[in-house]
Amino acid sequence: MKDGGLSIELRVAGWFLGPALSVVLIFQLMPAGAAFLLSLTDFDLYTFAAPDTLRIVGLRNYQMLLQDGRFWLALRNTLYFVGLGGVLTLGLSLGTALWLNQRFVRFRALLRTVYFAPVVTTLVAVAIVWRYIYHARYGLLNQGLQLLGLEPVDWLGDPRWALPSLVLMAVWKNYGYSLLIFMAALQAVPEELYDAARIDGADLWQQFRHVTLPTLRPVVLLTGLVTANGYFQVFAEPYVMTGGGPLDATLTMVLLLYDQGFRWWRLGYAAALAFVLFVLMLLLSAVLLRLQREAQR
Amino acid sequence: MRVRVSGSRLFGYLWLVPLALLTALPLFWMVSASLMPGGAATTYPVPLVPHRPTLEHYVSLFERFHMLRYLGNSLLVAGSITLGSLLLNALAGYAFAMLRFRGRERLLRLVLAVLLIPVQITILPLFLMMRAMGLVGTFAGVILPNLASALGIFLMYQFMRTFPISLIEAARMDGASEWQIFWRIALPLSRPMLVTLGLLTFMSAWNDFLWPLVILTRQTHYTLPVALANLIGERVQDVELVMAGSVVTTMPVLLLFLVLQRYYIPVLLRGGLSGM
Repeated sequence: MKDGGLSIELRVAGWFLGPALSVVLIFQLMPAGAAFLLSLTDFDLYTFAAPDTLRIVGLRNYQMLLQDGRFWLALRNTLYFVGLGGVLTLGLSLGTALWLNQRFVRFRALLRTVYFAPVVTTLVAVAIVWRYIYHARYGLLNQGLQLLGLEPVDWLGDPRWALPSLVLMAVWKNYGYSLLIFMAALQAVPEELYDAARIDGADLWQQFRHVTLPTLRPVVLLTGLVTANGYFQVFAEPYVMTGGGPLDATLTMVLLLYDQGFRWWRLGYAAALAFVLFVLMLLLSAVLLRLQREAQR
Repeated sequence: MRVRVSGSRLFGYLWLVPLALLTALPLFWMVSASLMPGGAATTYPVPLVPHRPTLEHYVSLFERFHMLRYLGNSLLVAGSITLGSLLLNALAGYAFAMLRFRGRERLLRLVLAVLLIPVQITILPLFLMMRAMGLVGTFAGVILPNLASALGIFLMYQFMRTFPISLIEAARMDGASEWQIFWRIALPLSRPMLVTLGLLTFMSAWNDFLWPLVILTRQTHYTLPVALANLIGERVQDVELVMAGSVVTTMPVLLLFLVLQRYYIPVLLRGGLSGM
């Protein structure tokens, strides 16, 4: 792909790039910048009626955010979601990928399809299904527990259980995706490495620790990044399953953003929240990408 | 040695098979409960399969709850986004892969930077923009922002970059215009990527919730997920009805995936979409 003396004018390229780049620029890049500007204003319900009352308030929205108990709750819940959800998703998908990749496994394609099916389902629809599975009285989960002689739990109604319940549902929905990525990575591990390890007398666990894990590390980190970013943006699960309750136990940052922005029309305040979320996601990305670079060294 | 291998085989299946059953159970129950007569899914003990299967809830959904309209809305929105964005992303991908122009590298880096922007931070200003353009409550308001994507442009670029440059140059020698080369050579060669990207785009447009929820203010324009969230607000006690709604919403994409997974899975397995 060298520049073979071929020089097409920018004008021709413009016809090809123009449509797509305008969409990306106008509807994706510009609003991201505008979100920051919006967060410096007091845009609220009254501004819709009288746009000339819009004022620049500097960092006041951010100050208010820091004093808002619901913000800290939403932040805590979101980080809990990212942490627990991330670990469970990666652990489950990695463990399953390792077994699924063993040579003895039959019906591999079928199993893979089953694991992956939740990934392509509509989140709102399956969140509604899980809402009933978790139901205190006639939910499938509690009936299963009762068969085992255990006490029923009000999964979504008990503040202690509501958030872990949502995490579990999200893990069910998502683990198939990272599973697929891990399978691809496992197939790329050179077979000779295992042969060499076996000759050295390494058992299955040692092969995993010294051959599989090191080669997988960059993929695990990258998949962790994608997974974590997904969980930072959790919205539909609490919206459909709990409405953020009970007692804000499942309030997430995007749910709070939606609540403040589109229910109370405090767009300036919600924009500050959006920007904090963005910075958190960038920070996490930076940390994980750095870890990856060190892993590759 | 033999014992150890069969031991791990047993353990492997003890992990893989129950997990598959547990993964499939919620989807199975969704379908099963949707076929039970009203109230049957909330009896104790909860039946796993309907004793007397009935389609009454599906009939009710379409006759009383305008399901056909929402289905049509979802098809229109997801279909337009898919067709439009395939064309636009392919055009841009072609320019990045095949044309030499000043600022190419910088523009490409800009597109990659956009990948980092989560949609959640853009929706507030985007809503105000749409309001100024008079597009709140319209299909155009849902479709327009999704007509191209950084990921789509990047994937098309990556794919077209592998085409032999001699093919393109020969066509240029013969006097073909860039448009003709794109339309007659690059696009047909891109078919595997177009199918994959099309499926991916269709699924995410079909399943999208937050932006349609924000922008679609009129019930007549609801897409399936928004209509379904609305339905559960009204009919939360009608478990079987809501399950039927979930089936109607989920099944089209699930079936599409099952039919087309032999195109879709290999691309994923090659790690080509690990940035999703």
